[in-house]
Amino acid sequence: MLNVGKIEEGFVLDHIQAGKSLSIYEHLGLDKLDCTVAIIKNARSGKLGKKDILKVECPIDMLDLDILAFIDHNITVNVIKDGEIVDKRDLVLPKQIKNVIKCKNPRCITSIEQELPHIFFLADETKEVYRCKYCEEKYSERQK
Amino acid sequence: MRHLLSPMDFTTEELDKLFDLANDIENNPAKYAHACDGRILATCFYEPSTRTRLSFESAMLRLGGQVLGFSDAGSSSASKGESVSDTIKVISGYADICAMRHPKEGAPMVAAEKSDIPVINAGDGGHQHPTQTLTDLLTIRSLTGTIGNFTIGLCGDLKFGRTVHSLIHALERYEGINFIFISPQELRVPDYITEELKANNIPYEEVTNLETVMPQLDFLYMTRVQRERFFNEEDYIRLKDFYILDTAKMELAKPEMLVLHPLPRVNEISVEVDKDPRAAYFKQAKYGVYVRMALILTLLELV
Repeated sequence: MLNVGKIEEGFVLDHIQAGKSLSIYEHLGLDKLDCTVAIIKNARSGKLGKKDILKVECPIDMLDLDILAFIDHNITVNVIKDGEIVDKRDLVLPKQIKNVIKCKNPRCITSIEQELPHIFFLADETKEVYRCKYCEEKYSERQK
Repeated sequence: MRHLLSPMDFTTEELDKLFDLANDIENNPAKYAHACDGRILATCFYEPSTRTRLSFESAMLRLGGQVLGFSDAGSSSASKGESVSDTIKVISGYADICAMRHPKEGAPMVAAEKSDIPVINAGDGGHQHPTQTLTDLLTIRSLTGTIGNFTIGLCGDLKFGRTVHSLIHALERYEGINFIFISPQELRVPDYITEELKANNIPYEEVTNLETVMPQLDFLYMTRVQRERFFNEEDYIRLKDFYILDTAKMELAKPEMLVLHPLPRVNEISVEVDKDPRAAYFKQAKYGVYVRMALILTLLELV
């Protein structure tokens, strides 16, 4: 059993689907931040069988967690302060996602216009469908 | 400042006002002959479209305004690699209003975000063609007195046909519309449209055979299969003549059914159908000028 120490302030992102932690690491921009991060892959889980966990030591207002819901809304977000869990956050699908996923429609203006942000809006909350703001093409999992 | 990027940018009440204005222009052209004196319309057409461009130019000229622009990307700065954002910033200094057609979907939205003048989407790829939709709605309203409580068959290329996408979108807001989508399997209406219809409990059917549904229709909206929307020439050849409306098929239709078509047509409507009083597509082209005149006046806040 691998042991990773407690963090004083930050987040523990639990119940990440096994294998997805690196993608979350990138989407949260953790590679650009100067903070301590523990990536635990394929940890044993009663609920999921296997899961990933991310522990991030940083001020709690530093991360934009909206994007987590888009990637996997089953992730448990534990907010840590003074070494204790002070809050468990529910994830809500963001209304808009900017520069996280790219529109793959070859007819979309984003395919040629430089500097244009890739913006997707939540078109159907129940089906979790996002569409490109410019061409309305649906974002599909296969494109990832 | 307002733009027209999608037919949904105007409420149905605003559309009614626009159509009232278009009908007034039709009946009293002299009243509007100098309404746009000293104003300039820029027609930025990144792909060729004689008809839509001429319709816009005719609209502005009939209002007493002037036009400038380009009619394909090769003769514009786009061929030198200029972005849509930069082009519109420059055009904003040259003209008072801009009509933009672009092969890339969403290009007019990008232009509108950066523009100092109203932008009209004159067609963006296979996405939207709102002024054609306004033309279609005005035609329906002018020829039947109202918009609502009818069955409309949309036939041909429903996948890439932006006129169809825009029209469905716009008709969703009116009462009692029943859609019948007639297309080959490969050219079916995109899923985002059918999802939207389902979500709003709007009845629709998807069929491949035109003859069987002809007797049900109050309007038949024919479309052309466009070569430029295909990456594969073989698919285009195979699908281009899938539907041909002729007098035999017209005999199956209701006596008051109207045939609409955004034009230009190729083979999908036989020339012999033109003589049928139910063929409304040339009248429709004329309504296109009136509705664009009304739109220019509205966006320039001259009414």
